[in-house]
Amino acid sequence: MAESKLTASQQAAYWEKTKRLMLVILAAWFFFSFVIHFWAPQLNQIRIIGFPLGYYMAAQGSLIAFVLMCVWNAKSQDRIDHEFGVQDE
Amino acid sequence: MAAIQGGFLANLGRIYALYTGTFIGFTIFIGVLELLGVPNRVLGYLFIFLTLGVYALIGWLARTAEVNEYYVAGRAVPAFYNGMATGADWMSAASFIGMAGSLYFGGYGGLAFVLGWTGGYVLVSILMAPYLRKFGQFTVPDFFSARYGGNLARALAVVVLITASFTYVVAQIVGVGIITARFLDIPFQLACFVGLLGILLCSMLGGMKAVTWTQVAQYIILIIAYLIPVVVLSAKVTGVPIPQIMYGQALEKIEALEKTFGVAQPYVSAFTNAKGEYSPTAMWNFFALILCLMVGTASLPHILMRYFTTPSVKQARDSVAWSLFFIFLLYFTAPAYAAFAKLEVYQHVIGQPIASLPAWVSSWGSIGLVGACDGANAAQTFALCKGVTGNGDGILQLSEFRLHTDAVVLATPEIAGLPYVISGLVAAGGLAAALSTADGLLLAIANALSHDIYYKMIDPNADTKRRLVISRILLGLVALVAAYVAGTLGADILFLVSWAFSMAAAGLFAGLVLGIWWKRAGDAAGVWGIIVGFGLCMFFLIATEFYGPWVKQSLSWMGDINIVKIRGRDVAYIWGINNISVGIFGIPAAFIAMLVAGWVTKPASAEMQDFIDSIRVPAGSVRNAEAAH
Repeated sequence: MAESKLTASQQAAYWEKTKRLMLVILAAWFFFSFVIHFWAPQLNQIRIIGFPLGYYMAAQGSLIAFVLMCVWNAKSQDRIDHEFGVQDE
Repeated sequence: MAAIQGGFLANLGRIYALYTGTFIGFTIFIGVLELLGVPNRVLGYLFIFLTLGVYALIGWLARTAEVNEYYVAGRAVPAFYNGMATGADWMSAASFIGMAGSLYFGGYGGLAFVLGWTGGYVLVSILMAPYLRKFGQFTVPDFFSARYGGNLARALAVVVLITASFTYVVAQIVGVGIITARFLDIPFQLACFVGLLGILLCSMLGGMKAVTWTQVAQYIILIIAYLIPVVVLSAKVTGVPIPQIMYGQALEKIEALEKTFGVAQPYVSAFTNAKGEYSPTAMWNFFALILCLMVGTASLPHILMRYFTTPSVKQARDSVAWSLFFIFLLYFTAPAYAAFAKLEVYQHVIGQPIASLPAWVSSWGSIGLVGACDGANAAQTFALCKGVTGNGDGILQLSEFRLHTDAVVLATPEIAGLPYVISGLVAAGGLAAALSTADGLLLAIANALSHDIYYKMIDPNADTKRRLVISRILLGLVALVAAYVAGTLGADILFLVSWAFSMAAAGLFAGLVLGIWWKRAGDAAGVWGIIVGFGLCMFFLIATEFYGPWVKQSLSWMGDINIVKIRGRDVAYIWGINNISVGIFGIPAAFIAMLVAGWVTKPASAEMQDFIDSIRVPAGSVRNAEAAH
């Protein structure tokens, strides 16, 4: 593949967008890893098809969110790469 | 060879579909043998030896003499298959055998493992995998060396890698030993070495290339083996074969039965102590463990090195998502497995007359994984009954039933009265899980020794042939030592594994993240990050585990320290935190050390900063990779 060095300002803009995406997903990760489970005892009062909601979030809900976050990151970062023409395939 | 290789990569889908079909056919064939009255022991042998044979065959077919194939599978593993291989690499004996067991006993508390072992992939995805792939060397210590000024950083990273991976691999061989001992009916120590043979057959000749294609095969077996018993149980108990949705009903039934048995701490209650009261300590332990496991995920070299094998940076990112998806399939099933197993025990084991207990009680009891402790001399038959006093009424009460954590998954098919073929299938799955992780770990250790220590630090002029020979010899030696330690130690799988995560998290996470995201960090920052983070973590680990009373006496200025009798020792819990989460001291310490050292020393050179810029972007070449030298 051809050497395509970005200019300093392009590199900075590219990294700014990448960093913003990282921080947003990091915040979502923090929410689904920790914040929501603080209220597990309260959420457990709510039942959905037999599941206490607090239990469900730790056993399944947050996991689904994690998978979606990884897909989200792969898709969004790919879009940023194409925008700057630095995709590698 | 190149033509065959191309043919293999072009036909991956067809080859693995055929393989999956054959495995399902083989399982049905064994089911027919069972109906014809072939003894269980023979069925167990068939499952274990035939699957081992397949792994060995793949390992032999993928043998290689090329460095690039040996270390990074020729960087030819598509995202989807690398996801499966990472899934098998990741899901170990602890996930397959141990996790549902700790959910069975811990209820909500056990979910820390489910969360902790999935969420870390988000960190891998956003913070490191694509950048490490772009960096494009062979090992994680390669990155530390290039980024933080050479061999000192490399050597420190190797120390962390070996300590964490070795602790982890010992736990895997214990898992292999438990399964082989039970299903081949041989002593545990011997079983550890039999399992070891399987591991070496997979990885010795083909390195990463062989391990990758074996791991894909192992993932397929382990996921089928994990899902089938739960699906059957769900159909049996609720009439619907979708356990992940239906176990809500099992949870409700468990709660009702708990009331009749007078259990104080409800199964689904969050953050409660043994009396069923809300406990902040339980909550902080839950979150501390999640943090250590997640950060550890993003630091364990045997996982990170899997993302060196994809053809591109984009595929490395896609592959993290596939990995987590394949891991998710097992992890969101584990709580269902635990719930159905618990319901089965509550409904059909507790309250039964001792005289009419089924055969599995004695077969699992004889290897010390089950205990029915009603009579006064129960401890003579069941090792687990030591210290338990039954009431001798001839009926098995809840307080008289003992089940080892590691037996829950393996024994549930028998407990639920499912055909033995399912037990054999689960054993094959557990073996696949333990072997695949052990393969990845041993390879990570051997590569660190042969590539990082021998080639990069001792003899940079060694030719390819010599490097690969040395790597194979070291692989064999490390495996032997690990099997010996496992055979004599025979420790609890889950706590060893958790330690490995804390060690890796404290030692490597800060250096990896800041190495990519903080350009200013110079050589001193990287070096001090590892020394302080890993050093503090190991200090607290060893001190709290082996010198509990000393910790309570000398470190009381830190705050609350209490002594808990566990694993036959007086273990110190600082602030009530279980020492499996010892990483929560090391992780922040590593960041603080790096920030301080980074600010007081001069910033990384312009060449180094240009190098970082080049690995942040997928396209183009890596610039100044040798700036450090």
